[in-house]
Amino acid sequence: MTGRFRIPGGLVDRTQPIGFSFNGRELSGLQGDTLASALLANGQRLVGRSFKYHRPRGILSAGPEEPNALVQLHRGARLEPNTKATVTELFAGLAATSQNHLGSLDFDLLAVNDLLSPFLTAGFYYKTFMWPKSFWEKVYEPLIRSSAGLGRLSGEADPDHYDKGFLHCDLLVIGAGPAGLSAALAAGESGARVILADEDFVMGGRLNSETHAVNGQPGHEWAARTVAELAEMETVRLMPRTTVFGAFDHGIYGVLERRRDHLPPLADGSSDSRQPRQILWHIYTKRAILASGSIERPIAFTNNDRPGIMLAGAVRAYANRFGVACGQRVAVFTNNDDGWRTAADLQDKDIDIAAVVDTRSLPDGPPIHLNARVPIHAGEEVVDTRGRRGITKLVLASGKRVRADCLAVSGGWNPSIHLSSHHGGRPVWNDNIAGFVPGERHPPNLSVAGAAGGSLTLGSAFREGTAQAAAVLDSLGYPPSRRPVPEASDEPAAISAFWHVRESRGRAWIDFQNDVTDKDVRLSHREGYRSVEHLKRYTTLGMSTDQGKTANVNGLAAMAKLSGRTIPETGTTVFRPPWTPVAIAAFAGRSRGRDFRPVRLTPSHRWAEEQGAVFVETGSWLRAQWFPRPGEHGWRQSVDREVRTTRNTAGFCDVTTLGKIDIKGTDAGTFLDRVYTGTFSTLPIGRVRYGLMLREDGIAYDDGTTARLGESHYLMTTTTANAVLVFRQLEFARQCLWPDLDVHLVSVTDGWAQFSVAGPHSRDLLRTIIDPQHDISNAAFPFMACSELTVCGGCAARLFRISFSGELAYELAVPARFGDSMIRRIAQSGLAFDAVPYGTEALGVMRIEKGHASGNELDGQTTALNLGLSAMVSTKKDFIGMTLAKRPELNRKDAVRLMGFIPVDRAAPLAAGAHFLARDADPTTENDQGWMSSAAHSPILGHDIGIGFIERGHERVGEIVRAWDAVRGRDTDVEIVSPHFLDPKGDRLRG
Amino acid sequence: MIINHPLLGPRDAAEFVHLGDAAMIDRPDWQAKDAAEAFHDYLYLRDNPAGTYRELWYHEQGDRSWLVVIRDTITHDIKNVELARDHARRRGRSR
Amino acid sequence: MAYSAFRIFRESLTGNRGWKPVWREPEPRPDYDIIIVGGGGHGLSTAYYLARNHGITRVAVLEKGWLGSGNVGRNTTIIRSNYMLPGNQPFYELSLKLWEGLEQDFNFNAMVSQRGVLNLYHSDPQRDAFVRRGNAMKLSGADPVLLDEAGVRKLCPFLDFDNARFPIRGGLWQPRGGTVRHDAVAWGYARGADRRGVDIIQNCEVTGFLIDSGVCKGVETARGPIRAKSVAVAVAGSSSRVMAKAGIRLPIESHVLQAFVSEGLKPVLPGVITFGAGHFYVSQSDKGGLVFGGDIDGYNSYAQRGNLPAVEDVCEGGMAIMPMIGRARLLRMWGGLVDMSMDGSAFIDRTEIDGLFFNGGWCYGGFKATPASGFCFAHLLATGESHPVARQMRLDRFRRGKLIDEKGQGAQPNLH
Repeated sequence: MTGRFRIPGGLVDRTQPIGFSFNGRELSGLQGDTLASALLANGQRLVGRSFKYHRPRGILSAGPEEPNALVQLHRGARLEPNTKATVTELFAGLAATSQNHLGSLDFDLLAVNDLLSPFLTAGFYYKTFMWPKSFWEKVYEPLIRSSAGLGRLSGEADPDHYDKGFLHCDLLVIGAGPAGLSAALAAGESGARVILADEDFVMGGRLNSETHAVNGQPGHEWAARTVAELAEMETVRLMPRTTVFGAFDHGIYGVLERRRDHLPPLADGSSDSRQPRQILWHIYTKRAILASGSIERPIAFTNNDRPGIMLAGAVRAYANRFGVACGQRVAVFTNNDDGWRTAADLQDKDIDIAAVVDTRSLPDGPPIHLNARVPIHAGEEVVDTRGRRGITKLVLASGKRVRADCLAVSGGWNPSIHLSSHHGGRPVWNDNIAGFVPGERHPPNLSVAGAAGGSLTLGSAFREGTAQAAAVLDSLGYPPSRRPVPEASDEPAAISAFWHVRESRGRAWIDFQNDVTDKDVRLSHREGYRSVEHLKRYTTLGMSTDQGKTANVNGLAAMAKLSGRTIPETGTTVFRPPWTPVAIAAFAGRSRGRDFRPVRLTPSHRWAEEQGAVFVETGSWLRAQWFPRPGEHGWRQSVDREVRTTRNTAGFCDVTTLGKIDIKGTDAGTFLDRVYTGTFSTLPIGRVRYGLMLREDGIAYDDGTTARLGESHYLMTTTTANAVLVFRQLEFARQCLWPDLDVHLVSVTDGWAQFSVAGPHSRDLLRTIIDPQHDISNAAFPFMACSELTVCGGCAARLFRISFSGELAYELAVPARFGDSMIRRIAQSGLAFDAVPYGTEALGVMRIEKGHASGNELDGQTTALNLGLSAMVSTKKDFIGMTLAKRPELNRKDAVRLMGFIPVDRAAPLAAGAHFLARDADPTTENDQGWMSSAAHSPILGHDIGIGFIERGHERVGEIVRAWDAVRGRDTDVEIVSPHFLDPKGDRLRG
Repeated sequence: MIINHPLLGPRDAAEFVHLGDAAMIDRPDWQAKDAAEAFHDYLYLRDNPAGTYRELWYHEQGDRSWLVVIRDTITHDIKNVELARDHARRRGRSR
Repeated sequence: MAYSAFRIFRESLTGNRGWKPVWREPEPRPDYDIIIVGGGGHGLSTAYYLARNHGITRVAVLEKGWLGSGNVGRNTTIIRSNYMLPGNQPFYELSLKLWEGLEQDFNFNAMVSQRGVLNLYHSDPQRDAFVRRGNAMKLSGADPVLLDEAGVRKLCPFLDFDNARFPIRGGLWQPRGGTVRHDAVAWGYARGADRRGVDIIQNCEVTGFLIDSGVCKGVETARGPIRAKSVAVAVAGSSSRVMAKAGIRLPIESHVLQAFVSEGLKPVLPGVITFGAGHFYVSQSDKGGLVFGGDIDGYNSYAQRGNLPAVEDVCEGGMAIMPMIGRARLLRMWGGLVDMSMDGSAFIDRTEIDGLFFNGGWCYGGFKATPASGFCFAHLLATGESHPVARQMRLDRFRRGKLIDEKGQGAQPNLH
C-alpha cells in the first residue's frame, strides 16, 4: 500500500511503488508522485518549521510557489537544502529530511520564538541589541544567525557535474499548459522551429490537475496526445523538467534543464559519473510566448498557517493528478467560483466536504451545485483555526466551529507574470481578476497567452495560445496554421476581491515562510514604512525562497487597506530573475577547480616537466619558476645557482609568453611613432629598439622591444601581462584614430617559440645552433641587432640581441612547432658551455640586479618620469599620451623616482611592499614617501636588494631611510642607491 | 546581448569588449592652442546619456573589428552597428 | 522616540500600538539653507551630519522615489578600509570608524557586523601589492593582517586549496571589515536627520536647477521650485543625468553592477571573502543568504539589470574557490546603477557653478563610504573647505593630473 490517503484515479502508476524516506522513516509512493504528494499520501502533514517563529508547517501548494514544505535531500556532499517537496519528483531511495529546527521536527525547541512573538515583531532587531556595543558580534548576532537560515550546506565540494549549452529557435514557448500546448501545436505544424519548455516532469500544466474536457476527451488525455504529436514534429523540441528562469536582452533566455534530479544519484567514479546533473541553456529566440499560467493566493486569517490548510487548487491537484486526499474531512474557504471546483471534484471522489465558506453573499445561489448535505456558509469568513500540528477545526465569524482536517483556501489567482517584468516593466492591475497582469514594457519579442495574461478560463487559454502562435508565424513569414482551436468549456470565473478577514487578536500570515503577518504590515504602516519597497524591506515580505509568489499581492492589499489607497496606488511588484532558484554550480558549469580557466603552456613545457621544474601561474600561462637539482634544499639555492651560472657561463629561459605583434605596411613606422614615446620610423632594418608605450592619460602602459625586420615590417614585443591589451589598443589606434594608415597587425605570440640565451658563453653556445653562414660576431651582430636566419640546418628562425638580464644575451625565436626541439637542442648544446635553464625567479632576480622595471613597477600608476625613462619621451611629435603626460601634478619636483635600495645591515632581508619613511618620522599617511616595488636576494652582491619609488629619489642617493613593513613586522634602514646594481655602464651586454 | 556585426552577422556580445563612448574616435589635435584642455575633455568627460548612446565595441574573440554601436542605455535595444573605421572616416579621420 | 529593549518590551504589552512613524512626511517649504538632491545613503548621511555636526537643520532632502531606493538598498553591504592610495585610504578609515560608532550615535541597529574581510592572493606579485596596500592601511591606522596559506586555511578551511587553477597562497585580512544591514543605514540616517529637523521629501524629483548669473539658487521639482543657499547633489548612478540639467559634464559613466543572493542557509562563512584571481566576493547575511557579486557587466546602462555572462563569470569564481556552495541556489539577481568614475575614485567637491556641490563617482564601492561621504560633504557644505581626508576627491584632479587610480587602469571606467 502506498499510503492511507491514496484514493483511486490520477496519473500515478500504481504498478510502480517507490520506496523513499522522510526523517529516516521508510515510506512508499508511486511513479508519478512528487515528494509532497507521496508525503500527503502517507499522512505526513507536518513537513517543516517556519523561518522565525518555528511554527509547524505542512504543504500549502502543489507547485513552485511552495513556501512551507522545504526539505533537505540526499546525504553527504550531495546534501541539498531548501528543496521544495512540491516540485521534487519522487525516485527510489530518495532521502528527505526536515530542516530549521532544534531538536526533532515534532518538538522544535526554537518554537519558543512563537511565544515571544509580541517582542519579535517586524524589524524589532533594528531597535535593540545595541548595548553593550561589543555584544553584537559576540552574543546577539551568533544567536540570530544560528536560529535564522534554513537548510544546511554539506561543507563539501559539490560532486556533481553541470553543463552549459546554446540553443536557437524561432519560438520559445514557456509553459506546456493549455495555452503553451496550443501555441506549440500551431507553430510546430507550420514548420517553425519551436522549443516547448516546462518545469514539470509531465507536460500539460493544470490540464493534469483538473477535470475539464477538451475536444470531448479528458483534459489530461488531450494533453498527453498533444505532447506525443509534438514529439513527432521535426522542428519541435520538447523540454520537460526545464525551467525558463530569466528573460535577458535581445531574446536570450536563461533556462535550466534538470537531467538527473529525478534519478538516484550516480555513484562517484561510475562510468557515467561525469553526466551532467543539470544543464544551463542559453536559448536564443526570435519570439517567445509566456504561457506560465497562474498561482492561487491564500487568504489572510488568524492561524491560517497550520498544516492541512492548503490552496484549494492544490487540494484538487493532489486528488485529480496524484490520487491523494489531503484530508478525510475537507472544508473550502473561497472568495471566487474556482474554490467551488475543489469541493465538487473532491465530492466526486467521495471525500467528505465539511463546509464551503464563501465570503460572497451568493444571492443567485452556489456557482456549482454540491450534494445537498454539504453545509454552505455564504457571506461568511473563517476567522481562526485550531490544531497544534495540523488543523482540526475552523472558526467562522459567526462563532460557529467546523471540524475539518483540511482547509482548502482560494483567494483567487495571480497570473505568473514574472518573466514579463524581467526587463523592468511594471505590471498593471486588472480589476476583473483582482490581480496584476503584464504591463506594456515587457521584453521585446515576448507575448503572453492564457492565465499568465489574466485570461483565467481554459477556453481563453486555448484561444490565446493559438492566436499568439499565429501572430508569431505571421511575423516570421511562416504559413498560418490551419489547426482549429481546441474546444473546452469556458467557465466564467467570478471573483470578489477579498484579502483579509476582519482584524482579530491573533496573527494572520501573509508571507508564510518568513513569518510576516498582518500585524507586521500594520506595524510597518504605523512606523511610516509605507512604500511597497519599505514594506518589503522592513518586514522581509516576499524575500523568502519563494520570492513572495503567494505573499506579495496579499501584502500589498493589506497595506492598501491600511493606507486607504487602491492596490495599484500602493504599488506594484516587480520581479527579478530567476523565476525559481537555480543552483550556483549550474551557472558555473565546468569552469571550476583546475578547469576554472584555460591553461596556456609554453613550447618548452614538456621538457621543463622532464627536468623537474617547479611551475608558477603567470596570468593564464604556466611557466617554469625554477629548476631544482638533486641536493638543493629550498628554492633559494636553486635560484641562486641559476643566476650565478647564467652570469658566469650561460643560462637559457623560455620567454615565449611575451606578447609578439607582427606589424606590416608602408605606414608601419609612422604608426609606431604614434603609439610609442620614441621614434621607430628611423630605426634601421636589422636593429631593435626599446619602446615605452603610454596610455592616453600619460601614464606608462607597457614596454618592450620592437625590431625592424624589413622596410615595412616590424615585430613588437609586449609584456606577458599586457599582450592582449596592447594588441587591442593598437587595433583601436589603427581602426579608429588613423583608419587610412597602411598598416596591419597580427598577434604572433603563439606562433613563435622564443628563448632567451644569456651569459658570457651565450654567443658561443648559439654558434653551435645557428647555421654557420650567419655571422653573429660582436661586430656583425652587435647589441640591439636582429636578423631573420636559419638554425639546425635550414630551419627558419629569428635572432634578437637584447638583454633583460644585463648579460651578453640573445633571444632566439623559431616557429612554435619547433619549440620543444629547440629547447632540447639548446640544453644539449649548452652542456659544453655549462649552461643551465633558469626560471622566472632567476629572471626576476637578474632584472632587479639590473634595475629593469617590470610589472610591479609598470603598475598603471607610474609615469616615465617616475620610472627614470624621461629621456625616452619625445617632445617633438604626437603620440598617445603625449599631451596629458605634461599635466603639472604628474611632473612635480617631488615626484617619486625609481631607485635602488640596499639594507644598511647587509644581512637584513628586504621585501616588496614596504613603504619608505624618513628615519625620524612617525608612521602616518602624511609621512609616506614611497614604496618598495620589487626585492630579491642578489647572489652576486651577497645581500638583499630592492628597487622602488621614493620622493625625489634621484637627489637623495646615499641617504638612509626606513623601509617600513609593518604587516610583516619589519622596519629596516636602507640606503638609497642607483637602481642599476650591476654593470651600470652596460659593458657586459655589449661585450 | 547580441550585436549584429556588419561583416559576420549576429554575434553574442560576450565575444566583444566594450570600450565606451564613440567620441573616443575624435582625438584632438596635439598642436592646437587649447590641446591640454581639449585632451582633458576628450579623455575624461562623458555625456553618459540615458537613452541613445553611440559606443565602441571590439570583437576580441572574433575578427578584431572595432564597431560603433548605437544602443539605448535604458532598454539595451541596438539600433545600428557599423565598422568603427567607416565611422571614423566620416568623422574626418584619415592618416 | 528612542529605541531600546525596554521600549520593545513596553510596546509589546500594548499590542505594539505605540510606535510612531520613523520620519515625518512634510510638504516642501519654499526655501532652505541647503537642499540635498538624492535621498540615498550619501544624501541622508549628509543631512544627518549637517544637523549633528554643524547644527544646520534648515535642510531638505529631495528624493525622486522612496528614500533609500538607490544603491544603498541594492548593494552587497560590505564595509572595509583596505585601500592603497593616500587619496582614498584615510577617508575609508574615517568611514570605518564612523561605522563603528554609528548605531549608538543614531540609535538604530544597522547590524554593523565586523566579522572581517579577507582578500585572497594567488601569486607573489599579488602578495607584494597586498603588502604595499596593507602597509598603507597601517599608516592610516587601519588593521591589516597578512595571512599565509596556513593562516587562510585556519580561517576558511572550506576553500579549495588542493584543486585550484589559481592556488590560494594567502590573504590580506581586515578584522574590522564586515557587513551592515544596508536598508537600515538609510533608515537610521533618515530617522536621525528627521528628528533633528531635516525635511525628507519623497516622490519629489528634481527637474532643473535655478541658476542665476552662474549662481545656483535652488531647484525646480515636480512639486514646484524650492530655493536654497546651497544645493548638494548626491545621486550616484543618476549623476550625469542630474548634473546635465545644470549644464555640467562629468568624468563619470553609468554602468550596471549585478549582485546576487542565495536561499537562506545555516551559518557557513566567517566574514567577507574575496577571490583574487577572478571576480567573486561573498558574505553571509544574518538571515542566512549568501550575498555575492563580482565584476560589472562592462557596458554603459541605466537599465538596472544585467545579462547572463556576468552572472556566470561570478558563479564560476565562486565555484573556483568554494565548491561547497554549488548546491546552494541563487535566489535573486539584481542590477545597481553605479557611477563609475574615470580613475575609480570618488568626488566630493564644489562645481564651477557657485552654490552647487557634487558628490559622486563612487563606482561600486559607495556603500562603505556612506558615513564618511556624508560627514565630509557636510563639512564642505558647512565650512566651504574640503575635509582633510577628502582633499583629493576633487573634480579638477584630471585636469591637474592628480589621479587616484587604485587599480592603475587609466581613464576607462569599466576596468575600475
